[in-house]
Amino acid sequence: MSAEREKTYGVIARFDGPAELLRAAAKVRDAGYKRFDCHSPFPIHGMDAAMGMKGSKVGYIAGVCGTLGGIGGLALQWWTSTIAYPVTISGKPYFSYQAYVPVTFGLTVLCAALGAVFSMLITNRLPRWFDGLFYSEQFSTRVNDDGFFVSIEASDAAFDAAKSRAFLESIGGKQVEVIKGA
Amino acid sequence: MIAGNQTFASVTEKVSAIAERKPTLNWLLLIGFTGSIVLMLLGSIGWLAFEGIGIWGVNIPVGWGLAIVNFVFWVGIGHAGTLISAILFLFRQRWRTSINRFAEAMTIFAVICALIFPSVHVGRMWLLYWVFPLPNQMSMWPNFRSPLLWDVFAVSIYFTCSLMFWYVGLIPDLGSLRDRAKTKWRKLAFGFFSLGWRGGNRQWSNYEKAYLILAGVSTPLVLSVHSVVSTDFAVSIIPGWHTTIFPPYFVAGAIFSGFAMVLTLGIIVRKIYGLEDFITMFHLDKITKIMLVTGMMVGYAYGCEFFIAWYSGNPYEAFAFINRAFGPYWWAYWIMISCNVLVPQIFWFKKYRSNIKVLFVASLLVNVGMWFERFVIVITLTRDFLPSSWDSYTPTIWDYSLFVGSFGLFFTFFLLFVKFLPMIAMSEVKAVLPQADPHYHSAGGRR
Repeated sequence: MSAEREKTYGVIARFDGPAELLRAAAKVRDAGYKRFDCHSPFPIHGMDAAMGMKGSKVGYIAGVCGTLGGIGGLALQWWTSTIAYPVTISGKPYFSYQAYVPVTFGLTVLCAALGAVFSMLITNRLPRWFDGLFYSEQFSTRVNDDGFFVSIEASDAAFDAAKSRAFLESIGGKQVEVIKGA
Repeated sequence: MIAGNQTFASVTEKVSAIAERKPTLNWLLLIGFTGSIVLMLLGSIGWLAFEGIGIWGVNIPVGWGLAIVNFVFWVGIGHAGTLISAILFLFRQRWRTSINRFAEAMTIFAVICALIFPSVHVGRMWLLYWVFPLPNQMSMWPNFRSPLLWDVFAVSIYFTCSLMFWYVGLIPDLGSLRDRAKTKWRKLAFGFFSLGWRGGNRQWSNYEKAYLILAGVSTPLVLSVHSVVSTDFAVSIIPGWHTTIFPPYFVAGAIFSGFAMVLTLGIIVRKIYGLEDFITMFHLDKITKIMLVTGMMVGYAYGCEFFIAWYSGNPYEAFAFINRAFGPYWWAYWIMISCNVLVPQIFWFKKYRSNIKVLFVASLLVNVGMWFERFVIVITLTRDFLPSSWDSYTPTIWDYSLFVGSFGLFFTFFLLFVKFLPMIAMSEVKAVLPQADPHYHSAGGRR
C-alpha cells in the first residue's frame, strides 16, 4: 500500500508516569482538544477531572435495569401464580408476596449487573476488532504493561498532524508519533 | 503489601510469564490425573441418568444425601471469592488485589461443581429446564413459594454475576497478554477475549463505574445466596432444621469454608509459581483473621442451636441435637466440632499464623470440618418424629464417586486457569503500588 493512501489515525505521545500523564491531560484539555484520551495500564485517580470528562452513565443505566428487573420479577411471579397457573399450596394466598422476595431481589441484582456490564461495553465501544492506535508499536506493546500515553484522534476538529505533534512535544511528551496505517 | 520493589513492568512480566510458559511435566501429570477423575464424574452421571438415583444411598426418610451435602459445601466455598472481590472492594481493603483473581476463579469453579448436584438429583435430569419459568405446552409454571425454586434463582444468578465480575476484571489483563502474545493462536484468543481494550481513561472511567456497581450488587449476594440455601432446610418442618439461626449461621460457615479454600489454594500457588512477593504473609495473616472471626461465629451458632433446643422445651428439637452429638453419627458431629471450632483457635497466636505448614494443615482441616457440618445437618433426617420411620443412611460408591469427581472437576478447571490466565489481577496490583499514586514523585518519591 502506498504512503499516500495511508490513513492518519492520530498522534500519540508517551509520558513517564501517572503524575506526568495527569499534568499532560490537563494541558491537552486546556488546548481545546475534545477527542483525546489518556492511556494507562491502570486507572489513575483524578484523571476524569484532568481530562474534563463528565461522569460515567453506567451507574444510571444499571440503576434503571435493576429497577426494571425487580418490577419485572415481581410481575412474573404475580402473573404466573395468580392468573396463569393459580394453585393452592399449603393454604397460602395466591399472591404470597413475602415468598416472592428472594426471586425479586435476585432478578434485581441480575438485571443491574447485566446493565452495568453491557452499558460499560457499549459506552466504551467494545468489543471492537480494530483500533488505529494499535498500529503504533510502542503503544501496542506497552499500554497494558507500563506505558502512559496521550492520544489525540485525527477526527478532532483541532487536529493537525504537524501542530498536534509539536504541541505534544512541547508539553513533555516522549516518542511522539503520528499514527498511520492502511 | 506487595513485596520485592516491583515496577509496573515487573508485575506484568512475573504474572504473565506464568501464563505464557510451556506446560511443565508436573502440570501435565496433574491435569491428566484430575482429568481422569472428571471422566469418572461423567461416567457416574451417565450411570445415574441411566439407572436413576436408586444407585445412591438415599432412602426415606433421608431423601437428601451426599448430593445436598456436596451442593452446600461447594456453594459455601464459592462465597469467599465474592466476599474478597465485592465486600473488600467496597471497604477499600487494597490487599485484596493479590488474591481476588484466583479467589473469584475458585468461586466460579466451586459454583459449577455445586450446580451439578441438585441438577442430577432431580432424577429425570433431562427435564431440568422445568425449574425455569419458561412458557411450555403444559401451561404450567414453577412454584415461586418454594425455597427450592428460590435456590435455583439464587445460585444461578450468583454464578452469572460472579462470572461477569471475574470477566470484567480480566479484560485489561487479557489486553496485557494480547500485547505480549507471540503465536497466532494466542493473538487470536486474547485479541478476541480482551475485546479490543486500549486502556484509555475514557474506558477506565466507565469500567471503574461498572466494577463498582458489580461490587455493590454482589455484596448483598454474598449474604443472600447462602441464606436462601439455608431456607431449603429452615423452611421445612424438621426438628433441627426449622430454625431462624440458619441463614446467618450458613453465611458465616460459607465464608469460613471459602477462606479455608482460598488459603489452601493460595499457599499452593504462591509456592509453585514463586508468587511470594504478591501473596505475602501479610495476606495470609489477613485471611486467617477472617477465618478466626467466622469460625467463632460458626462455633457460636453450634452452641446457640443446642441452647435453643433445650430452651424451646420442644422434645423433638432437643432429641435431634442430642442425637447429633451422641447418636449413631456422633463421630461426624465431633469431627465437625474439632475442625471448625477447635482448629481455628490456633489463629489467635501470631506464631501459628506465620507458619505456612500449620496454616496449610489447618485450612485442610477446616474444609473437612465444613463438609461434615453439612453432613451432620443432613443426617438429622435419619431420626425424625416417629421411631417407626427412622432409618440409617450409608452413602454408596456412586455417592462417593460423584463427590470425588467434583473435586476432579474443580482442580481441572483450576489447573487450566493457572496455566492460561493471569492468576493475579495485574492492573489492580499496579494500581496499589506506591508509584501509581500521581503524587508519588512530587512528594520526593518517599510517599
